[in-house]
Order: sequence, then structure tokens, then C-alpha cells
Amino acid sequence: MKKFTFEEKIDTRSGFGVGLVEAGRLNSNVVGLCADLIGSLKMGDFIKEFPDRFFQVGIAEANMIGLAAGLTIGGKIPYTGTFANFSTGRVFDQIRQSVSYSEKNVKICASHAGLTLGEDGATHQILEDIGMMKMLPHMVVINPCDFNQTKAATIAIANHFGPVYLRFGRPAVPNFTPKDQKFEIGKALLLNEGADVSIFATGHMVWEAIKAGEILEQKGIDAEIINIHTIKPLDTAAILKSVQKTKCAVSAEEHQISGGLGESIAQVLSRNYPSPLEIVAVNDTFGESGTPDQLMEKYGLTANDIVKAAVKVVERKAAMKTLSV
Amino acid sequence: MLIENVEKTTTVEELKKIASQVRRDIVRMVHCCSSGHPGGSLGCADYLVALYFSEMKHNTQFNMDGINEDLFFLSNGHISPLWYSVLSRAGYFPASELGTFRKLNSRLQGHPATEEHLPGIRIASGSLGQGLSVAVGAAQAKKLNKDNRLVYVLMGDGEQQEGQVWEALMYAAHHKVDNIIAAVDYNGQQIDGPCDKVMSLGNLKAKYESFGWRVLECSEGNKMEAVTETLQKAKSLTGQGQPIAILLKTEMGYGVDYMMGSHKWHGAAPNDEQLAKALAQLEETLGDY
Repeated sequence: MKKFTFEEKIDTRSGFGVGLVEAGRLNSNVVGLCADLIGSLKMGDFIKEFPDRFFQVGIAEANMIGLAAGLTIGGKIPYTGTFANFSTGRVFDQIRQSVSYSEKNVKICASHAGLTLGEDGATHQILEDIGMMKMLPHMVVINPCDFNQTKAATIAIANHFGPVYLRFGRPAVPNFTPKDQKFEIGKALLLNEGADVSIFATGHMVWEAIKAGEILEQKGIDAEIINIHTIKPLDTAAILKSVQKTKCAVSAEEHQISGGLGESIAQVLSRNYPSPLEIVAVNDTFGESGTPDQLMEKYGLTANDIVKAAVKVVERKAAMKTLSV
Repeated sequence: MLIENVEKTTTVEELKKIASQVRRDIVRMVHCCSSGHPGGSLGCADYLVALYFSEMKHNTQFNMDGINEDLFFLSNGHISPLWYSVLSRAGYFPASELGTFRKLNSRLQGHPATEEHLPGIRIASGSLGQGLSVAVGAAQAKKLNKDNRLVYVLMGDGEQQEGQVWEALMYAAHHKVDNIIAAVDYNGQQIDGPCDKVMSLGNLKAKYESFGWRVLECSEGNKMEAVTETLQKAKSLTGQGQPIAILLKTEMGYGVDYMMGSHKWHGAAPNDEQLAKALAQLEETLGDY
């Protein structure tokens, strides 16, 4: 197992804030919109540098999506900022008609996704956003794993013409990916080569997958770990290549078990290479108030949960072998 | 072809002739596929003809960004037959294509779409309440681009019941978006009946004004002279720090006697006999498609 280290823990939303300034410097068509959450979305530096290219919308998310769609007609590249819940569920119809069906170059940037929002509770902890966004034709869905990758993704999406959903979160998490990385939409990243089980993780769960890989090594299980930062388009080739080698897989995401990364991978495997698969995700329930760590523990989204899932699929693989003999 | 300052060359009489043909197109299109929305389409025909053939500077060599030309957005997308007819008659695509309306593999979707890449359409609409937000965004893009042309948007009156409309109204006034002219088709009807019965809009003028808009009323939205006059007044008021709205009193189904003034023709197609009756009342002026 390769060794992964980090110097600091920092929130992915700050990666968005820094990336947005850089995207703004690189392309004068980049504009920002925010629905009364400038501080939460870390958009302050962009506003300082580009005051004329920022639009405060107030608490009116539906209007924000429409404004963004309109701004693209004139060549602008709008980045909308609010919590993931209000970025998706609240405005699904607006996104569907004015952005996705209309093929508009809008970047929907969503913070505070998932359980790690913590104490605010279930009303704000959206766990269905990946599902909703990936179901929309034309929509790209990205869930980066740390500060550096979120920054790189924020810069990269300006160069992709079309609607993008970029999802990130609030808590400080290990910042372990390279500082100067290039972000390629739809290209999964192999973090650790392994022979026994493929672990596909996205967002905050990538670091948990790395920790799981270390624990599994002690148990004599050699895990391949892949960072699926782009859920749509999914890197089907990378997934199949890995599972054809390991013959079993675990997916891990801070999202509802329905509609997320795991379901996408299940579809790829069942169509191409049926294999044992366990999905580490929130199991068809809403969250609740608590600290991020407590919630990840209670709802089964820790490194240990990934380990348990990996052991399960490795055993299932062995049982299948026995059967076929 | 760039249609610029056409008002100097297109007379009101000519505009009326175009409107008559557009109305023929509308009833024929809706009849042809036995579905669609003739009532609101007929009611707004004069307004859209005035815009595209007289008041707007626009380019029939369509490009999505529309820089240095006036833009039009249709928020109440169900009156698509009207928009399609006007676009084709203005030269965006051949009028013969109108016969494909609402049929499989057509660019003329039941409600306007960009997926089909029909020239003249910049955003999908149909799910109501979204058009004003889009138009305000497009108007702000024009300001960023230092493009002095205007953005027009048409909404239905029933559509005013959508909360997003009021979000956009509040925003446009706050941000002084003064390069937009929004019109409300104030025909007083929606699918389930008169707006006053379904969900009354109250004093729409006072509401718009209290939201910071400059409001013009056009009490004769089916009289070409009144429509062009209102539009010219509206244009003269742009650039003064306030968004402009036109409350356009129209009659649903205008031009076809049995359709006029009733919500029953909001989304119903005429049969063969009804079509013949309608066409007898609408002069063919540019040649049927």
C-alpha cells in the first residue's frame, strides 16, 4: 500500500473559493452568482478582485439558476454558489429546463453537501443531489476529494462547454493530492494498485478509502484504490480494467445509496462484468444533527465500514470461485 | 439578414397583414397535429409581429450569443405556434417547416427547445415562471459586454402566480437592470378559467410598481397602432435605472370569433370544420406554408 500523507486539513469549499479566483483570472467571461452565502461558499476573494463580475441574488435560488442561464447567452460562464441542497433539490425544474435541456454553460457549485454539514441537521444535509444531477442529460457531475482537487476542478470546468454540477463540503479534510495537479473531467485516478479488491471512492470518502486500504493491508488484503472525482461521465474503462483484475469491488460515497456512485458502478458491472459489489453509502435514511465525525460513524461512512465491505466482497468472490469449481 | 430600424419601412398596414398570415399559420399548425395552444398564440400575435418586424434589431443569421442585437425570450412557452410562425416569416427558417409542428423528429417541439437547434430559440421554456430570470441574466450579460441593445421577454398573466417571477422582479429593480422590456399577456385567462377565479393577481400594475418597475399599460394589445406606440414608449424609457414592464391587454383567441375571450381554447385544437371557419376569418396575405 502506497503511503499517503498530508500537511494540513482544509475544507474543500475553500478550494472552490481559491479556484474561482484563478478561473476568473484565466477567463474574463467567468462570473459569479451567490444566494446570500458568500462567506459559506468562500466567494469573497472573487468579489474583491472582480466586483463587476459578481451578482448577489439574495435568498432566491430559482432566480439564480435562471439568471445564470441568461448570462450564458452573451458568452458568460456563470458559477452559481449556494448549499448543495438549495443548488439541486430546490431548483431541479429550473436546472432541468433552463440549464440542462437548454445545454447552457452554467457551473452549479454546491457546498455543504452530505452528512458532514453536521449540526444543521437533515434539512441541510442533502444526500440525493448526485442522483438528481446525474439523471439530467448533458450534466457533468464532479465530487472532488480535497482542497487541491476542488481547486483544480473549479478551474478546469470553465474550459468544458456545458452544464456542470460541482459538489464539495464544509469540514476540514486531509489535503493530500498534488498541489499542481491537472484536473481531467471523466478521468478516474488510480491512487493505489492492488490485486484483491477495487475500492472506488468519491469526495470526502477518498481519504477514508486510503485509510481502509492501510487496514486491509494488515489483514492481508491488497486493495486497489481509485478516486472517482467525476461521477458523470463515469470512467467505465478504468472501473472495468480494475475489476477485471480484482474480481470484486466496493464503492464509497457520502450520499444516499440510491442514485449515487455505487448505483452507477453497479450498472457498469452488471452490463459488462458481473462481480461482487458492496456500496458504502447512507442506507435510505435522512441524517440528523451531530458532529461530522459522529454522523459519519453512525451512518456507516468510515474507513472501517469500507474495510467491512471489502472483506465481504472478497469472501463472496471466494465463495463464487468455490461454487464454480 | 439584419433587420434594423424596420419601423421606418414597415407600415402598420403591412404589420397587420403579417399578423393575419401568422394567425392563419397558428390555427393551421395546431389543427395539423391536433394539439397545441391557439388561444394565447392568437392573442399575442400583434405584439410579436410588431417586435420582430418593426421594433427589434435582430439577425436572422442566428447565433446563440446575440451580441449587438435585441433578444426576445418567450417565458410562456406554450404559445410556441405564434413564435415559430413569426420566426419563420421573419426569415429564420423556411415556413414549410411549420407543418412539422409537434410531430416526431421536428425542430418545432411542442414547447420551445434548444436541443433541436431551431434558429431563433435561445432557451427552452414551457415550465412556467423561468423566462424573466433568464431574460434578466441575458440583460446583465449585455451590460457586461457593453452591448447597448435590449432584451425583451413575454410572460403569461397566469404565470405571474409562480414565485420565481417575483424573485426576478425584485432582483431586476435592485440591480437596476434597465435594458429589459418585459411584457405580460394580460388576457385574464388561464387553463382552469379566468385568473380572477383561479388565483386573482390583484392590482398587477401596483404590484410591479411596488417592486420597483416602470409600468406601461397597453389597453389595446390587439390593435397594431397601440402596440407599436407602447413599444416605442417603452424603448424611450430604457437606460434610466429602472426595468420596464408592459401590461398588454389582449383577447385570448383574437381574430377567430368562436375562440375569442374564452379559456376553453387555451390548449385545444380546432377540428376540420372549425378550421375552415377560422380560416374564413383570417386573410391569407403572405401565402400559406
